[in-house]
Amino acid sequence: MSTVLSRATARMVPLQIDGDELQVPEGSTILQACRGRGLDTPTLCYLETLTPVNVCRVCVVEVEGSRVLVPACSRKVEPGMKVKTDSERVRHSRRMVLEFLASSVDLSLTGPAVKGWMDQYGVQPERYGPAAATQAGERDRAHAGHHHPPDPSHAATVRQPVKIDNELYVRDYSKCILCFKCVEACGADAQNTFAITVAGRGFDARISTEFAVGLPQSACVYCGNCIGVCPTGALMFKSEYDMRQAATWDESRQQVTSTICGYCGVGCTLDLHVQDNTIVKVTSPLDHDVTRGHLCIKGRFGFQFVQNREPDSGRPRNPRP
Amino acid sequence: MDIKVAGPPASAEEMAAVDELLGPAQSGWQGGTQSPRDQRVAFGGRSARSQRHLLLPALHAIQDRIGWISEGALGYLCARLTIPPADAYGVASGYALLSLEPRPPLTVHVCDDIACLGSGAERLGRELEQRLGPEGKPARPSSGSATWLRGPCLGLCDRAPAALVQQAGVPSRRFETGLAPVSSDEIVALVEGRLSRLEGPQSIPQAGDPGLRLLRRIGVVDPEDLDSYRAAGGYSALRRAFELEPDGVIREVTDSKLLGRGGAAFPTGRKWEAVAKSTVRPRYLVCNADESEPGTFKDRVVMEADPFAVVEAMTIAGYAAGCEKGYLYVRGEYPLARRRIEHAIRQATDRGLLGLDILGRGVSFDIEVRRGGGAYICGEETALFNSIEGKRGEPRNKPPFPVQSGLFGKPTLVNNVETLINILDIVVDGGRAFAATGTADSTGTRLFCLSGAVRRPGLYEVPMGTTLRQLIDLAGGFRGKLQALLLGGAAGNFVTEAQFDLPLTFEATRAAGVTLGSGVVMAFDESVDLQAIVLRIARFFRDESCGQCVPCRVGTVRQEEALIRLVSGRVIGSRERETALLADVNQAMRDASICGLGQTAGSAVESAIRLGLFQPNGGSRR
Repeated sequence: MSTVLSRATARMVPLQIDGDELQVPEGSTILQACRGRGLDTPTLCYLETLTPVNVCRVCVVEVEGSRVLVPACSRKVEPGMKVKTDSERVRHSRRMVLEFLASSVDLSLTGPAVKGWMDQYGVQPERYGPAAATQAGERDRAHAGHHHPPDPSHAATVRQPVKIDNELYVRDYSKCILCFKCVEACGADAQNTFAITVAGRGFDARISTEFAVGLPQSACVYCGNCIGVCPTGALMFKSEYDMRQAATWDESRQQVTSTICGYCGVGCTLDLHVQDNTIVKVTSPLDHDVTRGHLCIKGRFGFQFVQNREPDSGRPRNPRP
Repeated sequence: MDIKVAGPPASAEEMAAVDELLGPAQSGWQGGTQSPRDQRVAFGGRSARSQRHLLLPALHAIQDRIGWISEGALGYLCARLTIPPADAYGVASGYALLSLEPRPPLTVHVCDDIACLGSGAERLGRELEQRLGPEGKPARPSSGSATWLRGPCLGLCDRAPAALVQQAGVPSRRFETGLAPVSSDEIVALVEGRLSRLEGPQSIPQAGDPGLRLLRRIGVVDPEDLDSYRAAGGYSALRRAFELEPDGVIREVTDSKLLGRGGAAFPTGRKWEAVAKSTVRPRYLVCNADESEPGTFKDRVVMEADPFAVVEAMTIAGYAAGCEKGYLYVRGEYPLARRRIEHAIRQATDRGLLGLDILGRGVSFDIEVRRGGGAYICGEETALFNSIEGKRGEPRNKPPFPVQSGLFGKPTLVNNVETLINILDIVVDGGRAFAATGTADSTGTRLFCLSGAVRRPGLYEVPMGTTLRQLIDLAGGFRGKLQALLLGGAAGNFVTEAQFDLPLTFEATRAAGVTLGSGVVMAFDESVDLQAIVLRIARFFRDESCGQCVPCRVGTVRQEEALIRLVSGRVIGSRERETALLADVNQAMRDASICGLGQTAGSAVESAIRLGLFQPNGGSRR
């Protein structure tokens, strides 16, 4: 209700997008203006519930009078702004950003929208050469301002072993595009735990705890909000990871059941992802008033008690025999 | 904020290092001794969190004392400053001069950047590998007390090859110094504890020339004596500024048509006016002395030889724009410049030229020196703000611009050292008189850093509009036969003899598609492997990218890979395909990167390709 009211009373800003005149509320971003017109604008590091960091640069647009392209996700509209969302320069940068990521990061779980944009912009990640091999532990120890001479016959990648150091979730940073979302969710945008950060510099920049210690030694409270915002599958429930390793993960056989978390009085909505009558993952809707997609350790991971079974019969175990 | 510090405890030495900067811990919550009082008093909140800006100074304190930063040391520091350990680790791991792995207390950083590479740095590195062992490992003759590392430009290019020596320890033991020109004999002697000399002479070939403006006091005044500076006319500009009052000073600066010398060439008067008009308080002045552009040493020479001029100019800027406090951010590789500036600030404060009630005028202004940690990116103004604030040195998206929201989110006037020292003459002689030098659109004089294959390398001052040829003649012409000339630094362009009559002004260079950049003029004769120079530039940008945005983070990697393929002949497809790929990469970096580093990371490479340095038989003649 409040959103509707403020929109009605906000001053309108006139601008031009791809030659069309339009008016949007003052304070809107170019991205909001574009999406309001149904213009498909690719985004990777942007999420409605987090502060825009404008680092992936896939949403860039051309603004008349600006020497360089500007990020639509964070740039506010200004009166008289002339925006081009599909110029040659825009298409080139979007293609290159997607190509840079596809050639250095495992995007296999990044979702259909990204694959669609890669086709749309003609991305050819293979033109940088075959992907370089995994380097165990190397990235965590990289010293700022120094790198090994590259092997020019291969394209450098962020490939590295999966980090499994707890029973709740795994970190597969071979899939990390460094969108900063997990750092924001762990920090001031949601959890205020500050267990993870971006460490290192340049291509060696990485999501890390202090001195890359394991999560159990870190400040992590296992709220799993980083998993909730991760767009690439780099952060994943251990249950999902194990099933994917065993090739039993099958989203077509999964049902999503909404319920309210019973642990405390806040009333967070839980979306239980259920496969074969077993909860395999828990999320919360991004647009939910209470959670904005975020949960705590209990709501996110504390579901095993509903599905403990008798080892012999496979029937649900009676808590009070 | 609830801080979880779980690592091993800090050693007594590490705690002493932090306490040396911050004073002893006030409670058990901050890593000190537990007392019953701790249980009854609340700690934390805004006042605890507001100490974040002390993070980098505290990291330096540990590095200076121990030689590296351990998990325990970082944990203690985090408890002291109420900073999450992960955050502090993220900040520390972004600086090349800080080590988060055990490192011997004596470190010799040997420059292998472009200027030194053209002056024997490669041979020096090979000799050190033979005599001391591989870089980054304890040096063989030192029994674990020393190590050496290759690194980027140290700003001693006029006397290449260069090294920076850092000895960690208690205050009486530690020292830091630049050495140039340096030989492997000297470095080995140093590692074996037989230190021969400290610091080198300044290379100001024009010293004593009455036509000099910015450099006229260099070699004339004693950089450690305020009276000597005053005897040479020092502090007359500040007195004149008080007569003109802030509006008058800004009017003169605007009339002078001075353009910023840091690279972006923004009108200085407009910047000052924007900050002065702001109603927000406090406002800050930042002097950007983080010159890290390979081949640049002008600000270092000015700070080392004429530090009071920088302090006086900052005081005038702070007064005119209404800033309560000034920060001077000097790069970590400049120990002598930092000492001289700190000394000048102390003397000026003692004599009532800084602090409360300057010269009895009721004006207050203070300057604090902040020291970089080895990160080219922190020369970008918004990354510099983040660095001072104790955050990662990552540029911010603009707008908002610093004059609206800069350091600590407040209106901030940020000027480079060279820009600021121009202010002194503008205030004393008037803006119009200043504008009489140079051309209509590029007024005044400009400092140029000449290095490489010129007969008299060093820092030169010439009026704007001087041609490249005249400048090179001033330096005695070329040594040997010229192969190529780099103008503007690693973010600049290679130019050929056909462009030597180009007047060195902002407008003429812009029209010719090149840049004055930071005033670098670096000549390479035929003995130099130019492809190796271009590869080093590509390596530099990959090393110095902050990693925040995709175009620069991955683009700098792809650029280096493609160049190596071109040099080695192991191309994918064809050479044409590789150069087209480089052009694609460069365009994306230029168009879509957040900051100037990424936007210019491909410009020198692109000009090298245009000049044909990467033809199968071109470029390398060694």
